[in-house]
Amino acid sequence: MRNTFSEALYKAANANPDVYVVVADISPAGSMGKFRDEYPDRFINVGVAEQSMIGICAGLALKGCQPFAYTIATFTLYRPFEMVRDDLCYQNLPVTVVGMGAGVIYSTLGGTHHTQEDIAIAGALPNMQIIAPCDPAECTEATLYCAQQRNGPVYLRLGKAGEPNYTDKAIDPWQFGKLRYIKRGTDVCILSYGIIMQKAMQLAERFEAKGKSVSVVSCHTLKPLDVRGIEEALHRHKQVIVIEEHAPQGGLAPRTKQIAWDSRAQCRLDTFTLQDAFIHNYGSHDDLLAAHGLELGAIATQVGAA
Amino acid sequence: MHDMTRRNFFDEAAARERCLRFRKRILDISQQVQALHIGSAYSCTEIVDCIYYGLMRRNPDRTSPDTFVMSKGHGCMIQYVILEDLGVLSREDLDLYCKPNGRLGCHPDYGNPGIEASTGSLGHGLSMAVGMALAERGRKTDGIIYTVLSDGEVQEGSTWEAVLMASSLGTSNLVAFIDNNDFQSLGRTSETHPSFYPLADKFVAFGWETVEVDGHDSAAVFDAVTRRRGGRPLMVVAKTTKGKGISYMENVPIWHYRSPSRKEYEQGTVELEQAAEAEKVAS
Repeated sequence: MRNTFSEALYKAANANPDVYVVVADISPAGSMGKFRDEYPDRFINVGVAEQSMIGICAGLALKGCQPFAYTIATFTLYRPFEMVRDDLCYQNLPVTVVGMGAGVIYSTLGGTHHTQEDIAIAGALPNMQIIAPCDPAECTEATLYCAQQRNGPVYLRLGKAGEPNYTDKAIDPWQFGKLRYIKRGTDVCILSYGIIMQKAMQLAERFEAKGKSVSVVSCHTLKPLDVRGIEEALHRHKQVIVIEEHAPQGGLAPRTKQIAWDSRAQCRLDTFTLQDAFIHNYGSHDDLLAAHGLELGAIATQVGAA
Repeated sequence: MHDMTRRNFFDEAAARERCLRFRKRILDISQQVQALHIGSAYSCTEIVDCIYYGLMRRNPDRTSPDTFVMSKGHGCMIQYVILEDLGVLSREDLDLYCKPNGRLGCHPDYGNPGIEASTGSLGHGLSMAVGMALAERGRKTDGIIYTVLSDGEVQEGSTWEAVLMASSLGTSNLVAFIDNNDFQSLGRTSETHPSFYPLADKFVAFGWETVEVDGHDSAAVFDAVTRRRGGRPLMVVAKTTKGKGISYMENVPIWHYRSPSRKEYEQGTVELEQAAEAEKVAS
């Protein structure tokens, strides 16, 4: 996903001389090297200075540019939070805050590098848009959206590297602010976003093996959330499941429950999230998700797909 | 198209006359509403006046190829009265300052005429100014970015990130001022942070062209900028007096955010009028 982001950004920079990327001391991956070499004035490395990274992006945007701030998610959103709030959201500037490796992807680096509450925090900010693509293909679409939109700031929540594509045969095209059905069924609907989509796809296979007809939906735009789309999903399926790599507060799970209540949904609704806890485990990304309770077998058992 | 009269001289007498007038206007507004940082506006009056009337180029349509960011947003009352004088803000705008149907508050708000960035939280302005300077450079335009910081603001870590960045990125089209009045909300900066001084040396060490001036000497402020060597960002460390111009406000911390009583207002008016009279006699 990191590489496809770089490639999409490079393409956007080719097309638009106002696209800038301001990075905080991370080595350019993939096409970021091309970007840096061909557009040295538009590739700015601030070093380990994230507050300045956001402020500089704001200054560029105040002069009409289309900047991207890019580093590990904790350091693009948490460290310079007040700059994100005041400089970007309060002034409503079209700056994309790219959070790379969000969730617990940095599974050996410990809690300082985990981004468990970012949707809640970014989502609380007026004017902020939030996009979390589920695979490299969606990452490209989202990046191209960010490079041309003038609505205001975006928090673009990315995975890291090596994710497969889940959306090659998706029913719907990617469209900002709209749910996207990757597959469409009638019994069960699984709502997810980001790279934990892998578990949603695997869970769907388990259900299908038991003869169920399953929808899998990429809720790539977390803000503004497609409330009408979620209402429809809740009303058209007997069972709805939310899987997200995010704290229980402020993410897709509680929003879906709220929409279910408001729209008097009758379906069974189960939600699976990270715990509201700092864990001190290390290992693979999957190991950390499992430590938080996000393990396919456990989820399948709880929702009747085992 | 723009009037390129970046003046090679600066009319000191006219600047003194304006600054007295601006101080009086601010004093008058203090009687309409309790909320204003009067001492903070008075300490940077000559600096902001010099930026607008001496340094920034002006187009016939009142816009400028140059940009001013009031990083010490709480001092914005001086910016408002100058923008009123320039016809960018209206008298009504200032009459409705901090009132429910007005649009001007205690801190500059992006979107209002003449306001290039929202500030108020300290430590934001310099990074935004660096970004603006980079945008000018990227577009190969010749705009200069001017910004005024408070000395208290220089305690913010984010300011030092920007100080480092401006120098490393070679933003030679950036001119920053520090309104060094040695006061912050709770008292003298030199007492709270003795290590803050010497201040200018720190910017020299960070690679800025640095100059120290008397921040109430308009001609000196003007000369400090126009005579710079260039090629690097410029920091003008301006020694100022908080509350400058009204005797009972000068160097008294409470005037950071206090509005004068009627009696104090009258005394302040007398002092400013006497100063204006003396100015006329001298000229």
